[in-house]
Amino acid sequence: MTPLLEITNLNVRFDTADGTVEAVKNASLVIRESECLGVVGESGSGKSQLFLAAFGLVAANGKVSGSVRYRGEEILGASPKQLNGLRGGAVTMIFQDPLTSLTPHMRVGDQIIEALTIHRRVPRAEARGQARAILDYVRIPESARRMRQYPHELSGGMRQRVMIAMATITGPDLIIADEPTTALDVTVQAQILEILRALKTDRKTAIAMISHDMGVIAGLADRVQVMRDGEIVESGTADDVFYAPKDSYTRMLLAAIPKASEPPPPVTAVGAPLLTVDDLKVTFPVKSGLFAKTQKLRAVDGVSFVLHQGETLGVVGESGCGKSTLARAVLKLAPQTGGRVVWLGRDLDAATQSDLRALREDFQIVFQDPLASLDPRMPVGQSIAEPLKALEPGLSRESVREKVRSSMARVGLDPSWINRYPHELSGGQNQRVGLARAMIVGPKMLVCDEAVSALDVTIQAQIVELIRTLQAETGLSLIFISHDLSVVRRLSHRVMVLYLGRVVELAPAAALYGDPRHPYTRALLSAVLTPDPRVERAKKRELLTGDLPSPLDPKAQLTFLKSRLNTPDYRPRLDEVTPGHFVAEHD
Amino acid sequence: MIATGQTLKSSEEIMGRSLWADARHRLLKNRAAVAGMIILGLVALLAVLAPLLSPFAYDEVNYDIIACAPSWWPVEAACRAPGHIFGTDAVGRDLFVRVLFGARVSLAVGLVATLVSLLIGVLYGATAGYLGGRIDGLMMRIVDVLYSLPFIFFVIILMVIFDRNFILLFVAIGAVEWLTMARIVRGQTLSIKQKEFIEAARAGGVSPFGIILRHVIPNVVGPVMVYVTLTVPGVILTESFLSFLGLGIQEPLTSWGVLISDGADQMETAPWMLLFPALFMAVTLFCFNFIGDGLRDALDPKDR
Repeated sequence: MTPLLEITNLNVRFDTADGTVEAVKNASLVIRESECLGVVGESGSGKSQLFLAAFGLVAANGKVSGSVRYRGEEILGASPKQLNGLRGGAVTMIFQDPLTSLTPHMRVGDQIIEALTIHRRVPRAEARGQARAILDYVRIPESARRMRQYPHELSGGMRQRVMIAMATITGPDLIIADEPTTALDVTVQAQILEILRALKTDRKTAIAMISHDMGVIAGLADRVQVMRDGEIVESGTADDVFYAPKDSYTRMLLAAIPKASEPPPPVTAVGAPLLTVDDLKVTFPVKSGLFAKTQKLRAVDGVSFVLHQGETLGVVGESGCGKSTLARAVLKLAPQTGGRVVWLGRDLDAATQSDLRALREDFQIVFQDPLASLDPRMPVGQSIAEPLKALEPGLSRESVREKVRSSMARVGLDPSWINRYPHELSGGQNQRVGLARAMIVGPKMLVCDEAVSALDVTIQAQIVELIRTLQAETGLSLIFISHDLSVVRRLSHRVMVLYLGRVVELAPAAALYGDPRHPYTRALLSAVLTPDPRVERAKKRELLTGDLPSPLDPKAQLTFLKSRLNTPDYRPRLDEVTPGHFVAEHD
Repeated sequence: MIATGQTLKSSEEIMGRSLWADARHRLLKNRAAVAGMIILGLVALLAVLAPLLSPFAYDEVNYDIIACAPSWWPVEAACRAPGHIFGTDAVGRDLFVRVLFGARVSLAVGLVATLVSLLIGVLYGATAGYLGGRIDGLMMRIVDVLYSLPFIFFVIILMVIFDRNFILLFVAIGAVEWLTMARIVRGQTLSIKQKEFIEAARAGGVSPFGIILRHVIPNVVGPVMVYVTLTVPGVILTESFLSFLGLGIQEPLTSWGVLISDGADQMETAPWMLLFPALFMAVTLFCFNFIGDGLRDALDPKDR
């Protein structure tokens, strides 16, 4: 039988101002009917370009050679008209960012109908009915109302469902899903993967799943191909690749993934309390229209915790749960509206601006996006030196330079790179620069705000290891914020789970991962993907249904305490179930 | 850990390739922009060396050769003035040296007024954008009020009160040009303010003014430079417009605007009097525009 898609010796090259870049080198693959092929690789491995090139979507400066056969018919170099008949009809695509893939000024329903009327020539009235049916299929509640909405009115998860609906409505043979869940929260990711799994089993659609995440691939793919630097380094059935990897790179990829079984770091002798946060509140005024009443968005709504010397507190939550706002409020980068932040017995509220600036030597922050957090016009050495110059203005140029060099060496950067610019370094190296900048003033506390989230897994593992080493060397306290529970587990002594600006569970890491009490924590943990096909296939998921409620909704806090819905101002209480393990009230 | 054992000498440090170096590289590959820069350099050189290039002084009147064509003028002319390569004007002054002196004034007005507007506009706009809130609102409303003043009216009043003089021209033009600059810089600052590296600098204890100087301004320089190259020709045109109305430079000093105005009066009898200053001005404006285009492409290669 001829396979659905057969790519043979595909090469993609780009002519850029800096020379020729070979994005894909001699890649060959086969996708059979109703089969899921997982394509794994780190950023820049050419995994997306491979499929874009196969369907004639490569950028204008790209040159493609090789052979691409769809049902035995050569489509490489086919006319745009021929390709348009294929794309969006028999072969559809889902991209990473659903907001940029949907036309902002068109109603969601019309966009879905458009796909159908163009490719299947279905009359509009009938198409409308089909569109509603497909929205129900991808589990969008109130599909009739959603069809009249615009993309910006939907949440990220909803938009991705709309994309899937658009991609399935024409009844394609093959869906190419390019990192479809990367921009989504774990619980939403689990829901989307569930839909894709259903597509594969019910509709017999073949799926090409492109992802950097071995966990995403594990649960879905029948066969897996691993790409590195434009080449396919390993291919085989999912079980072979995961359980008996032959290539050293595949082994490295698998080893870099944080395992659920990995024990949390040992609880060292924790010192005296360093930071005490008491009932911290941050609200932002939100105005939805010209004459609308200003509403209060409670980003952080009464969070209390204590951080001890040498301890790591992991802060976990989905986007919009206020974890970054919490970090900024603790560091006095965002104004708090209530509560107290006490640093070594000193109330930071009372501190003047200049006192606060002096105190910044004690607490530093590392940001999520390594490139965005460095000034593009400054050599990295200057960026690293900046806090030092601002906080210790008396230092001579020579000693600043010496300190920058030793700080760079400490985070594993070659000190001779002192005059390089951020755009010349990789993401991991830039994040090391960010760490060097934070560590140069010798802080007592470091806040890592999603500090490893934007990095590839192998780099992620290195940076986590570096942070651990720095902590062991200096006795630093850490607040480690992440949406990724398995990364948090690697570093944290205690973990705090946030939901819409409130703590739902706070416990020692072993207790939280071993004996989660709150339903939200349990849902989060069950949504975490493991790079183990058998475990993933067998897993029974505790899926949350629907979206995160709007934080503007006063009842949102009571999602897990439905019995109190008649008193909307009620806030769930934190109970200490065992010593040190706090859980919010729930039904 | 790499290279911890030995301390590297500074000569061994790798010099990074800054975004500026990249932009310069791209700019130098842009033929139109490079040609613009060369021609503009030549015009500037001619203007500076003007007294050395001609045996005549710019205010040397010679009633024997009033409005005479240069000796090479191809069309029939009433009289010819050998030695005067661009011919002479209505009172017999050498046109070549006057065009070059006009270039001095026009370029000087263009550059100085632009620099003034740059200095005020960048600081004002960056401060308003970075501080934000009420201060921003107040500062930008002041700009709006100044914007709404009718420019020509404003200049005429200045000229009447303070008498006509050269400096006043800079002040008048600069006072209007910085407004647009401030708006552009403010807009850019607002978007840069959201970037994480600004927050990183705040977390590192850098003062607000330090952030504006070290992080905001260097990052708005790109769009500002483009605007500058487009402002200079605008200012030159404004000056010639004012001179055309008789509000600009006074005799015997001259500018391209004055020369064009005079030349336009005698267009039919002595076309060279209009042609040469107009040609110089047009070429110069073209050069500035090409450089501006080249700079925009060089600084922002993605938006091409």
